[in-house]
Amino acid sequence: MKEEYVIQAENLTKRFGDFTAVDHITFNVRKGEIFGFLGANGAGKTTAMRMLCGLSRPTEGKGTVAGFDIDREPEKVKRNIGYMSQKFSLYEDLKVWENLRLYGGIYGMKDKEIAEKTDAVLRSIDMETERDTMVCDLPLGWKQKLAFAVSTFHNPKIVFLDEPTGGVDPITRRRFWEQIYGAAASGITVFVTTHYMDEAEYCDRVSIMVDGRIKALDRPMALRNKFGVSDMDEVFRMLAREATRKGD
Amino acid sequence: MKQFITFVRKEFLHIFRDSRTMLILLGMPMVQMLLFGFAITTEVRNTKVAVFDPSQSMETRAIKERFDASEYFTIAEEIRDVSRINDVFKYGEIGLVMVFSDDFENELHQGGDAAVQLITDGTEPNQASMITGYASNILAQSMQELSESSSAPCRIIPEIRMLYNPQAESAYNFVPGVMGMILMLICAMMTSIAIVREKENGTMEILLVSPMKPIYIILSKVTPYFTLSLVNLITILLLSVYVLGVPIAGSLSLLFFVSVIFIFLALSLGLLISNVVNTQVAAMLVSGMGLMMPVMLLSGLIFPVESMPIPLQCLSAIVPARWYVDAIRKIMIQGAEIQFVLKEIGILLFVTVALVALSLKTFKNRLN
Amino acid sequence: MPSVSVSRLSKSYNSIKALDDVSFDVPKGELFGIIGPDGAGKTTLFRLLTTLILPDGGSAVIEGLDVVKDYAAVRHIIGYMPGKFSLYQDLTVEENLNFFATVFNTTVKENYHLIEDIYKHIEPFKTRRAGKLSGGMKQKLALSCALIHKPKVLFLDEPTTGVDPVSRKEFWEMLLKLKSQGITIIVSTPYMDEARLCDRIALMQNGNFLRIDSPENIIASYPQKLWSVTSDNMHGLLNDLRSCPYVKSSFSFGASYHVTMEENMTVAILNEYLINKGYGNIDIREIEPTVEDCFMLMLKEEGQ
Repeated sequence: MKEEYVIQAENLTKRFGDFTAVDHITFNVRKGEIFGFLGANGAGKTTAMRMLCGLSRPTEGKGTVAGFDIDREPEKVKRNIGYMSQKFSLYEDLKVWENLRLYGGIYGMKDKEIAEKTDAVLRSIDMETERDTMVCDLPLGWKQKLAFAVSTFHNPKIVFLDEPTGGVDPITRRRFWEQIYGAAASGITVFVTTHYMDEAEYCDRVSIMVDGRIKALDRPMALRNKFGVSDMDEVFRMLAREATRKGD
Repeated sequence: MKQFITFVRKEFLHIFRDSRTMLILLGMPMVQMLLFGFAITTEVRNTKVAVFDPSQSMETRAIKERFDASEYFTIAEEIRDVSRINDVFKYGEIGLVMVFSDDFENELHQGGDAAVQLITDGTEPNQASMITGYASNILAQSMQELSESSSAPCRIIPEIRMLYNPQAESAYNFVPGVMGMILMLICAMMTSIAIVREKENGTMEILLVSPMKPIYIILSKVTPYFTLSLVNLITILLLSVYVLGVPIAGSLSLLFFVSVIFIFLALSLGLLISNVVNTQVAAMLVSGMGLMMPVMLLSGLIFPVESMPIPLQCLSAIVPARWYVDAIRKIMIQGAEIQFVLKEIGILLFVTVALVALSLKTFKNRLN
Repeated sequence: MPSVSVSRLSKSYNSIKALDDVSFDVPKGELFGIIGPDGAGKTTLFRLLTTLILPDGGSAVIEGLDVVKDYAAVRHIIGYMPGKFSLYQDLTVEENLNFFATVFNTTVKENYHLIEDIYKHIEPFKTRRAGKLSGGMKQKLALSCALIHKPKVLFLDEPTTGVDPVSRKEFWEMLLKLKSQGITIIVSTPYMDEARLCDRIALMQNGNFLRIDSPENIIASYPQKLWSVTSDNMHGLLNDLRSCPYVKSSFSFGASYHVTMEENMTVAILNEYLINKGYGNIDIREIEPTVEDCFMLMLKEEGQ
């Protein structure tokens, strides 16, 4: 049986002038997989992620996300993905439910569907009592939880998480990962970047980018065995040491 | 001193390396001057004339025909009712109204003196004076012709009236207005943005923590914009004299003296703004809405202060730029000596001192 | 005399206590870490110590100088790298450094020896605008700028946030070198793994210090045995561990789960419990806790 890929990148390349930010990267992500996208600052992660989200056109190569071509059908790509960054794209001056309604509306969901989904989501993240709370009054960890719920509110096939756990305390960070597991178990594919190397272990597979290229791509355990080290931190360091690029 | 010089150099680097800032700083004054300058029409061709001619005599007909024959005028309308004279301008078509006296031909032949009233639209004073010039010329020719054909010498006396702008203020009144606006923009808005940007970047924290005295931080922030304001002042004056042909009637040194006071005023306003806001956007909004709009609308740049309703006139009195624009107008256009602008200078000095004191007082050497 | 001495320092914003009665001393030449999540009050503490804001109560003395009374003198002897500090993006590396040297009344030449180790990494790019540097290089430049006037005490507010692990490691190596030159360093970070490199750390949450001690002592005082558990199916394991009545806590830690158990529980019982649940390749071993384990335990206790 052929495996179902929701992200396929083939020789994806992005050049800015004579600078090649992303240099012929090729990889596939399976449905329901948690895919860790690692790399040093300036390795090209953000640029690659922008291309996959349909925000930036590749200079060369091709990619499909959720079955749509990222170059020719970026609008369809955007309909089928969710996105969450470190800055938690929530409106601080709106109430919790208003944020959810807004995003549902943006993705063209019906009012009834939005209402039902709002109840279900708030129940699942244990925030039913916070329905009418202003987002700015929520603790950081709750905002993070809500931001993730918002990014998956329209049932996207894939959710892109850009350093979602920066600055939160260790317990909240782990709870957040449990939320990610839940989403993955329900069939959503998770594409995540992080600077916490212990979080790399929580991914099904990780890729490590160095100087615009993917230098390693495998399950965390396989990578550790391959490099003969005990944790991902060391794998990362061994690979990143080869980096020559210094600019962002 | 070395600290100060390094700091000022750094400020200039910020300005020179940001093309948008450079464009606003140097392009804006030119664009505004040229836009306002070329919006003024100086050409007179086929101006439509409305005539009120109660006598309907041969003589008046001859004059009308002469007008119609010239390339400058076309008789467009005969007015039957005196009360309509004021209305005809409102539709914007008519450029000149010619009003003959009730008994024009008798006056001409018996008294030898006949009056013609030439009424123009003073909202475009430049064009209005051109029109009356041409019209007087044609009247003079008619007079000569009539004198030749008649036995007694006769005279036609044109009586010129400008509606809406009875003092016939010069069209170049906008020059002082633009000066006020540009100086306000550069000094207040750009200075406040430059300071607030450091707050946003977190560099202000470092500067505050450094041994550099806050007064030096302020002075070095302000110096480049002071310099650039002077450059702009000179640019505007050069443009106005050499491109638009507006002479500077009064004393140049007095002009600069008043301008420097105003620059200081605007700089301290900018400083004050930067003390109370924390983001560049807020600085832009406050200086844009709070300073630019009043300067544009209330200082006489667009609407003459004299023709505003009384409440707005009172409001304009608290806009410092209004006093600056008034003073410059007097000096530059009317050639006034210092004793005629003492009131404006006094007000500007007072406001400047108050603002400098206030902004120094509110400048915090801490964060909150 | 300690280099930094803080006594009952408090600061509130509106009704929120950003810093709540905090006291501590830092001896000369110590590398003191403040560890805690965003919103714990780290930045407020730094701003109080660097004379940028005034405390509501309590006092702080830096090298014998009071941060309120002698703020001008304090500003001469401290170096500070604020959290959101981003240098002048439109100035080159060299221009930035020269500027800060002059502002602090010194020259790059005079104290070059102090920053040489750090600056030589970025010197090849000295004509590049700071805005075009990578995160790791920006951070080195910022540190050079904070050091150029040879401060006695260096305050670094989250210098490594958002920086990749390799650059972070390099940065800490630089800090250790600076420490060996006798500079007192107070540094905050949200990354627990960096805590081990500090002489002493303060664990911070909600404006309070939960604990101040050396990382070794903090780890040694972890009250329970800690077990690392792995199996062939990691995804289901966490829930099954949590539902086990004898397991007190279970959290994921990289490739394994860190588990604490009730007193009467043994490895054998847990092993059997997991086999009954259908797991294979079960590996349970006792491990030494990390600072993160300790912090999490304190957070849990705090929560109850």
